[in-house]
Amino acid sequence: MNYIKDLFDFLSAPTISFTLLTVAFPFIFPPTDWFDKKNKQWGIYKLWTNKGAFWIFMSITFFFIIGYFDPYFNLTMTKPDNIPIILMIYSMIFVIWLGMKKAYNNDARLDRGEKPEEWNDPDDKVLVWPDLVYIELIALILFMVFLIVWSILIGAPLEEPANPAATPNPSKAPWYFLGLQEMLVYFDPWLAGIIFPIFIIVGMMAIPYMDINKKGEGYYSFKERRVGYFIFMYGWMVLWVFLIVIGTFFRGPNWNFFGPFEWWDPHKVVPLTNVNLSEYVWVKLLNKGLPTNIIAREAVGFVAVIGYLFIMPLLLAKTKLKNLFEHYGPVRYSTLMLFGLTMFALPIKMYLRWLFNLKYIIAIPEWFFNI
Amino acid sequence: MAEKEKKESLLSRLGESQVWKSIIRSGVPRSRRQRMYAVLGNVFLHLHPARVPKHAVKIGYTWCMGGLSFFLFVVLTITGILLMFYYRPTVEYAYTDIIDLTEQVPLGIMRELHRWGAHAMVLTVWLHMLRVFMTGSYKPPREFNWGVGVLLMTITLFLSFTGYLLPWDQLAIWAVTVGTNMARAHPFIGHEGPGASLLAIGDINLVHMGSDVRFALLGGRFVGEATLLRFYVLHCIAVPFVAMIFMAVHFWRIRKDGGISGPL
Ligand code: HEM
Repeated sequence: MNYIKDLFDFLSAPTISFTLLTVAFPFIFPPTDWFDKKNKQWGIYKLWTNKGAFWIFMSITFFFIIGYFDPYFNLTMTKPDNIPIILMIYSMIFVIWLGMKKAYNNDARLDRGEKPEEWNDPDDKVLVWPDLVYIELIALILFMVFLIVWSILIGAPLEEPANPAATPNPSKAPWYFLGLQEMLVYFDPWLAGIIFPIFIIVGMMAIPYMDINKKGEGYYSFKERRVGYFIFMYGWMVLWVFLIVIGTFFRGPNWNFFGPFEWWDPHKVVPLTNVNLSEYVWVKLLNKGLPTNIIAREAVGFVAVIGYLFIMPLLLAKTKLKNLFEHYGPVRYSTLMLFGLTMFALPIKMYLRWLFNLKYIIAIPEWFFNI
Repeated sequence: MAEKEKKESLLSRLGESQVWKSIIRSGVPRSRRQRMYAVLGNVFLHLHPARVPKHAVKIGYTWCMGGLSFFLFVVLTITGILLMFYYRPTVEYAYTDIIDLTEQVPLGIMRELHRWGAHAMVLTVWLHMLRVFMTGSYKPPREFNWGVGVLLMTITLFLSFTGYLLPWDQLAIWAVTVGTNMARAHPFIGHEGPGASLLAIGDINLVHMGSDVRFALLGGRFVGEATLLRFYVLHCIAVPFVAMIFMAVHFWRIRKDGGISGPL
């Protein structure tokens, strides 16, 4: 048993679990033919069958059962405010499973030249009274019962009265914001707390204008929209939902990482050895001191950021993504690039941190401008 | 058998009575025409069209998540009003009022219903969004309504966040402190944000701890009495008001965009 727990602790470190997920993701939601072939070859599509559901369900439940009887994980897991996250894990995965199952079913129908399952003769409609209102009524009653049972079983938490002098360690934001708090490890608050949320909101609103693929509207489908699907699911499930799970279950005092079955040691020492890009370049590479001129000091960082966000898409538009650029036009293309590249900046920065202990790409604390 | 007939005649007599007809406007909906009229002639039900495509009423298509989000909003409004009877948003009373309303009020699960309902609403809204994505329902002509939906989701999170402070316990003020600390780093208008020092007249900084966006949100330099009042007003009046407007637009647009999406 301890062996299994150690394995879980090891696997859940963000470096490992995030990498595993990221590598597995294109095989689970294959965006290209090559990945699709591997998906078929290795039978990953079987996740979306009843048997697949059974195994997914059993493995999550297995984890929570072990967790429940573990003295340390039990503390985090049974916190009343963490119950919604357990519900989130189950319901999100269930819902994606169901959607994908229907999507694969529809894909097969379309291949056979049939209409999607949702299709009905437009003249053959049903009456809202009673066919819809009774479903609504049942859904409403069942849900209310569920809510009442939940409320009777689990009391709302109330801790000590507020005390501005006693900062709890760790101090956590409400669970639905823990993805943002987790980003704070890698980015300064002006990015993780302000710019990224704004980009998430505006970027999500821009989705229908960036995805101009007309297929797959009004029915579950995967094959016809696999690239868009992959990007959205990666952003949503990995960069948002998974970070919430890490922030809730695996972050203890001082926001240090703890495996699920580890004790939250408030004195855990994690060496802080992060180095800025400018120091890498000027001190380690060129063996000089940092220049006093701020712009000169951070020049490499500026080149890197501007190159990534602006020059690279320009070059791509002329070369590899020429077709996309012509198909999309300049405005749509730059919007897609801006939001897409900003989104992938998060995993990129995470890996720069993990691999090279990179602190900031541009570090101008004088102006509160760190990237 | 005889009894059933009696009941039916009672029902139909009720349905034909002046009182019933004055309220419901149509008799007991039995015929097709009456059933359509039952939907069209009712202010709440006429949110729906009279007839919908077959797939639209299947749980497997919408998962009922949009409807449940709205239902939860209603539940939260009702339980929230009940909570407001007991709760006073001051540093002196807030915490003890919360204790009182669980311990002194008969059948005191209002707080639980409200709190778990709020968590559940965040979930249902997210699941609703997932289903809208998976069925590709954001594609034209529904782009705008997807945008409205994204704003609704933001509003839902903000509603939940402002409510988090009100119990005035350790959990509350520190979660809100962590959350609102972000605002000091807002570019230009947060005192620790990039560009804030540019907004100055001569030597005088316009954006400082006592004037930046965080100060405006908290009504002070730290989470205190003024913050509690601010968050209370935002939570009980301002944000629900905005949410209702956006929901009205959302529902209206579903109809205008041709009803629930479906394959052509
Ligand atoms: C407070 C939050 C929300 C409420 C109460 C709400 C309510 C609803 C309801 C009742 C429907 C009818 C169909 C259904 O039940 O699925 C619907 C449809 C829709 N919603 Fe929402 N919604 C909310 C948030 C969102 C969000 C976050 C999004 C997307 C980001 C969104 C986008 C849409 C779209 C595009 C439709 C049309 C779907 C179709 O025609 O198939 N809504 N909404």
